[in-house]
Amino acid sequence: MNNPIFTLKDAALRLNGNAGPVDILHGIFLEVMAGESIGLIGPSGSGKSSLLMVMGGLEQATGGSVHAMGEDLTAMDEDALARFRRDRMGIVFQSFHLIPTMTALENVATPLELAGHADAFDRAAEALEIVGLGPRAGHYPAQMSGGEQQRVALARATAPRPAILLADEPTGNLDSANGEAIMDLLFNLRDQYGSTLVLVTHSDALAQRCDRIITLRDGRIDDAAKSSAVA
Amino acid sequence: MSLSLASKFARRELRGGLRGFRLFLACLALGVAAIAAVGSVRSGIEAGLEREGAAILGGDVELELIYRFATEAERAWMQAQATAVSEIADFRSMAVKDDERALTQLKAVDDLYPLVGTVVLDPAIPLSEALAPRGDLPGAVMARALIDRLGLTLGDTFTLGTKSFKLRAELVIEPDSAGAEFALGPRTMVLRNSLEGSSLLAQGSRFNSKYRLTLPEGTAIDALEIDAKEQFAGSGLRWQDARNGAPQVAQFVDRLSAFLILVGLSGLAVGGVGVSAAVRSYLSRKTEVIATLRALGADRATIFQTYFIQIGILSLLGVTIGVILGAALPIMVAPILEARLPIPTAFTIFPAPLIEAGLYGILTAFIFTLWPLARTDRVRAATLFRDAWDGANRLPSRPFILATLGAIAALVGMAGWFNGSWFLTLWTLGSIAGALAPLAIAAFLIRITARALSHRLRGRPRFRWAMAAIGGTGEGAGAVVLSLGLGLSVLAAVGQIDGNLRQAIAGNLPAIAPSYFFVDIQKDQIEGYTKRLEDDPAVSRIDSAPMLRGVLAKINDRPAIEVAGDHWVVTGDRGITYAAQPKEGALITAGEWWAPDYSGPPLISFAQEEAEEMGLNLGDTITINVLGRDITGTITSFQEVDFSTAGIGFVLTMNPSALAGAPHSFISTVYAEPEAEAQILRDLATAYPNITAIRVKDAIDRVASVLAGLAAATSYGAAATLITGFLVLIGAAAAGADARTYEAAMLKTMGASRRMIAASFILRAALLGLAAGAIALFVGALGGWAVSTFVMETEYQVIWPSALLIIAGGITATVLAGLGFARRALQARPARVLRARE
Repeated sequence: MNNPIFTLKDAALRLNGNAGPVDILHGIFLEVMAGESIGLIGPSGSGKSSLLMVMGGLEQATGGSVHAMGEDLTAMDEDALARFRRDRMGIVFQSFHLIPTMTALENVATPLELAGHADAFDRAAEALEIVGLGPRAGHYPAQMSGGEQQRVALARATAPRPAILLADEPTGNLDSANGEAIMDLLFNLRDQYGSTLVLVTHSDALAQRCDRIITLRDGRIDDAAKSSAVA
Repeated sequence: MSLSLASKFARRELRGGLRGFRLFLACLALGVAAIAAVGSVRSGIEAGLEREGAAILGGDVELELIYRFATEAERAWMQAQATAVSEIADFRSMAVKDDERALTQLKAVDDLYPLVGTVVLDPAIPLSEALAPRGDLPGAVMARALIDRLGLTLGDTFTLGTKSFKLRAELVIEPDSAGAEFALGPRTMVLRNSLEGSSLLAQGSRFNSKYRLTLPEGTAIDALEIDAKEQFAGSGLRWQDARNGAPQVAQFVDRLSAFLILVGLSGLAVGGVGVSAAVRSYLSRKTEVIATLRALGADRATIFQTYFIQIGILSLLGVTIGVILGAALPIMVAPILEARLPIPTAFTIFPAPLIEAGLYGILTAFIFTLWPLARTDRVRAATLFRDAWDGANRLPSRPFILATLGAIAALVGMAGWFNGSWFLTLWTLGSIAGALAPLAIAAFLIRITARALSHRLRGRPRFRWAMAAIGGTGEGAGAVVLSLGLGLSVLAAVGQIDGNLRQAIAGNLPAIAPSYFFVDIQKDQIEGYTKRLEDDPAVSRIDSAPMLRGVLAKINDRPAIEVAGDHWVVTGDRGITYAAQPKEGALITAGEWWAPDYSGPPLISFAQEEAEEMGLNLGDTITINVLGRDITGTITSFQEVDFSTAGIGFVLTMNPSALAGAPHSFISTVYAEPEAEAQILRDLATAYPNITAIRVKDAIDRVASVLAGLAAATSYGAAATLITGFLVLIGAAAAGADARTYEAAMLKTMGASRRMIAASFILRAALLGLAAGAIALFVGALGGWAVSTFVMETEYQVIWPSALLIIAGGITATVLAGLGFARRALQARPARVLRARE
């Protein structure tokens, strides 16, 4: 845990809406070490998901700097960011975002195919086995329950064994039993692959499973709870 | 790498089926089918004309002479080349039965006619039997229209000139009729020998003689043509052969179908609007998938290629369906077409027009789908978290704009190359672009106006909702106005041009036009003829002039076609005259008229407007071939000649001594009270049976009926455009159906009744239809005005019945399409709709 995976210095995000510019994030200083797990918490609208997007290169910071694994994300164009995610990141969304015209297996294989792995489907099948969905490989998202879909999404995010795992409220659309199972899987896989995990959640209990909790309020890191390390 | 991956992704995306692409496929298929069908019909007619070339021509070769029969030398040459030679004389005359008189196109044939093909008569007797003299009277056959007009029954006697004939049969099929020129009167056929003593075909009469030749097997027609033209250079002989048996028909069919294909392209453009809307709507549903792929690491090229391949495959499917339909349709309706067309046809599958239509379809799909596809470039992964379209309304990047412009240039180039007329292509495609531009601007203005109005209509919820919907994106105002507007514009333009043309020829002209044209008045008859009419108080004016026919062969000693191109004056033979003095009231615009007693080298006065078009100047020499003799004269004056009054007008007038010696007859126009017309005809026909009368009103009716046919053909083409427009309307209504269902549920939740909501739906559809109709009328009227003013040179008037129909059609179409999809929205239960949105 000596090398920083993420280094954010005075990072800011300003979006231009119809009603004028809105400052979503400001003055974010954050360092995340390799293998560390971070829980991002805070009230609705505090900027948790936006910070995750900035860290994932899904949204480009409009101020300050964001480095991931030594690379400056603010200096990359859309395609370079896509390649960076393809090679280094796995992302789990609250709404799963599976591609409806693809089977579970194809969904999981997609990032591997994009990365040019010849054994994409073998590795995808293995990832599905790990999340307990081997027998459902040929099923389409519409033929699966919410919990199953999220497990497929999890398999998709972890199949390339990424250095970074980003998860945006992965249990937000699931009941508590399914939610707990998904979190177990997420942490197990993270442990197994040694990935750095950034988890956005509303749940203090889930956040407690991380190495460190960052609380956001009004687009800033709450100083009072800035680096509440979890025992 | 990215392409193979994109193909894989595209294949997976295609598993979604054709949902959302039915309209896409229908628009493309219909547009391509219309063009393929027109092209296939054209090819079918061309193949028929080629197959039946010899029958249409009446032989392997036809040699035609004007006003004269062949000389001994000419006959000897023909006999030497041919296995058989048949001689025909073709001219206008009057058929008379008691008090009934009718113009007829008389064909005087020999015993060998027809050398090729078969004449079909009713009753089914051989032609030779029908025409042969029996008792003291020779026989004749007639077209049904003439039999009815004269009230004849088989066996009745009628007269041609001063001679009586017995009607033996109805002429059902005349094999060489398709090659004949435009005729004002129906056909009568007799033996040429039988005309002796009829006073017809006298010296100076207007007639054409035609010699049909059948050639020995293996004759080199090209070499024979060159030999004939060398042997008889300057004799006025016209050559035609079976390789192109009916050049006028072939050219007419070619031109009309070229125009109809271009009208079809406007249908494809309308379909393109629907295709574009369908792709836009599909890709907006795919935003999440695209954003997910981007989140997973797909670059822009992979995503663009994925959807480009998918849309490309669907485009090829749509084009293929269109090509199959377009190929099958003419074959399916072949029996109907064959029965209605007066020319031979051979309908089968012709690859060339299908390839042409397919290429148009592919290019149109490319042009109209590229920009929506380019928008995939702007979908960012952040869309998964929030609406993050990056400049959805911005222009696509430069490579896409250049590719679109390149495809448009290729389409225009292809259209021009395929139909062979750059003028027609650029005008028609320019008009489509010219119509699309104001329609696009209007669609934009309608949206912002509606949006602004929606804020001002407080207290009028139905109007406010309607305006808000039109001003928003859900109602597809752009697609509706563009597609329906373009379809209606084509129809409006056809309606306005047709209406103005009809008004010009049928409405205004009779007020200034003469009652009759009399032709073939012999020199020794003109004095008596004039006196007889001058004594008639019902006659207000008589204009007479000597008339010859000649071919304008050379200008300044160069072939006229080289100098004047395909100007109408140098194509075919023209009427020419001579006069000692200018016609009363004639306006000499340049130069001077010759002295009344001038008898030096030939001098010419030429029509000013035509001279300008042909680039003629005072002092230029013109060589006219009259009855095989070249006469060269010098232009000494230009005069204004108005051909629009239907009076006598000649492009070329010479001094009397230049032409008076040539055999000729007189032409005359008579202006008289309409009630006295019948009596004048009876008197003159009795006194001078050889004179042919052409009633101007009948001629106008005949021309009008040809024009009506053309307008009908164009209307069918425009109808295909309109049907495509209606499909796009349905597509736009379908695309907005979910939004309307949600809107209805929300309004119901807030207490709106179904009636109120329905009224709002109808109102918005009607307003959009009204707007589309009104703009289409404006665009159509502009087109009508341009054609009337610059092409037909007539005054333009808005044809209101057609205009109002266009607007009513626009409203009806949008309301019907809107209501079709409103039912579900009105019936849906709010709770269910709102829960589904959660």
